[in-house]
Amino acid sequence: MNGPGPFTASGGARGVPKSRVERERELGWLLTAPAFAVMLAVTAYPMLRAVWLSLFSYRLTDPAGREWVGLRNYAVVLGDRLWWEDVVTTVTITVVTVVVELVLGMAFALVMHRIVFGRRLVRTALLVPYGVVTVVSGFAWRYAFALDTGFVNRWLGLGDLAWFGLRGTALLAICLAEIWKTTPFMSLLLLAGLAQVPEELQEAARMDGATAGQRFLRVTLPAMRSTLLVAVLFRALDAYRVFDTVFVMTAGAQRTETVSFLAYRQMIGRTALGLGSSVSVLLFLTVVLFAAGFVKLFRLELVPAGAGR
Amino acid sequence: MSTRARGRGPGWVAGAAAIVLWALLPVAWIVSLSLRPGPELRSGRFLPSTFTLEHYRTVFATPLFTHALRNSVGIALVATALSVTLATLAAYAIARLEFRGKRLVLATALAIAMFPVVSLVGPLFDLWRKVGLYDTWPGLILPDLSFTLPLSLWVLASFLHEIPWELEQAALMDGATPWQAFRKVIVPLAAPGVFTAAILTFFFAWNDFVFGISLTSTDRARTVPAALAFFTGASQFEQPAGPISAAAVVVTVPVVVLVLLFQRRIVAGLTAGAVKG
Repeated sequence: MNGPGPFTASGGARGVPKSRVERERELGWLLTAPAFAVMLAVTAYPMLRAVWLSLFSYRLTDPAGREWVGLRNYAVVLGDRLWWEDVVTTVTITVVTVVVELVLGMAFALVMHRIVFGRRLVRTALLVPYGVVTVVSGFAWRYAFALDTGFVNRWLGLGDLAWFGLRGTALLAICLAEIWKTTPFMSLLLLAGLAQVPEELQEAARMDGATAGQRFLRVTLPAMRSTLLVAVLFRALDAYRVFDTVFVMTAGAQRTETVSFLAYRQMIGRTALGLGSSVSVLLFLTVVLFAAGFVKLFRLELVPAGAGR
Repeated sequence: MSTRARGRGPGWVAGAAAIVLWALLPVAWIVSLSLRPGPELRSGRFLPSTFTLEHYRTVFATPLFTHALRNSVGIALVATALSVTLATLAAYAIARLEFRGKRLVLATALAIAMFPVVSLVGPLFDLWRKVGLYDTWPGLILPDLSFTLPLSLWVLASFLHEIPWELEQAALMDGATPWQAFRKVIVPLAAPGVFTAAILTFFFAWNDFVFGISLTSTDRARTVPAALAFFTGASQFEQPAGPISAAAVVVTVPVVVLVLLFQRRIVAGLTAGAVKG
């Protein structure tokens, strides 16, 4: 159990006959057990299998040659330049997209928060990128940047710039596609957070002669601390597993391969299940360590307090 | 309210217009690509000079696409129905009953929602081939639950948490039977939450690509996002940009319809739980 004892023996049912408390508890377990069991069955079980498989040299095309190698797969992965290059690529995409989305998402949220006319229209328009299939977004942007079909070069007067021919420009195109697709989620989260900033605080700051900029930095942002942290955490973890956009736009060419893509390519492309599983496990560990560190560092309370009554 | 009043100026209106343009431009672009005749695909212009439906005719005459569309609809609907059913039972218990471990269930759902799904692909690939689930509907529906179920559970738990459960008590006091109280009071209050969870879950299931390309090999179970990627896989030189754009528009239509009909609920659902921190 996490958190300091929300479940003391009496719970919330002080004074009720024991049999009723017990009946309630049993019904509670009965109703939650199927969902809990299914969640674990479809994630924990395959993950444990991945850990197990990562300890073997095992290619699907050669089942007889399966051989116990201990941690050697991990040594191979961590000793390979490709792994580190993919980590750098993934971290770059994550940092760039999260930072830009935070700024852009906040700007969008402020506009939606303030405008009088067309709020609904703006919100509806923003939900479209949110709902569009990531693969579709990848194709739309790929065709927009491509030399033969694209309009971007024409619009920006860039001539024959081959966006997907260089690492930097290819990564930029990938980041743009990701930013387009996921900024709406960020901005709607931030909008909900903005709505919770007490209006009186703003008023008080205005009375004291604070400018709009000062009010934003000193009142609004601090009041939105937990919303901002949750948004950054969710988006960072989501960005770190980027796969669909890269697959569609570059297929990992020009050193744009991400960690998820590497895991996929080893396991499904090369059917090297042992080596691929060790990449998967490392990816999983990175995510867990980052999330745990983030939650600890900022003392985030992710599960709503009400749930533990 | 007084701050709200300042949002009328031309600056704010221009800002709002910019957001709408930014959000819809890529969608307009893919629609524009899908409607232009083959030779115009390389014109480099945003808008076509002539319109044609030939690419739509092509994709609907391609079994690779029509089967994929059938698979996508079926798999997303079944995954959504299963997730929402299981999540409703669990979320009801979490909102209503006192028992040990509810925080554990919610924390697990959250942790699983952040999970890198690619990590599951290898072991499932291996396992599914052994047990005969490779390239089948259940072979995709089960892994889809790994992200749809936590999402449904999280959204429903925050929704049901807000329901004024005392109303049920009041109905009982007024002489309603427990079943009547549940059906006439609780169901109407909970239904919007269940519905919202269903829409968001459907979006996620519909969007799946990782499992779609890894755990299928034929059009028996391959979904549209995966089929789109295989349209191009063969050769980089001859891109069927027209048919791909048409197919992309077809899978985007359900999303746009749902957004237009239920935008308020979707917004409420996707920010649920994340804001209270």
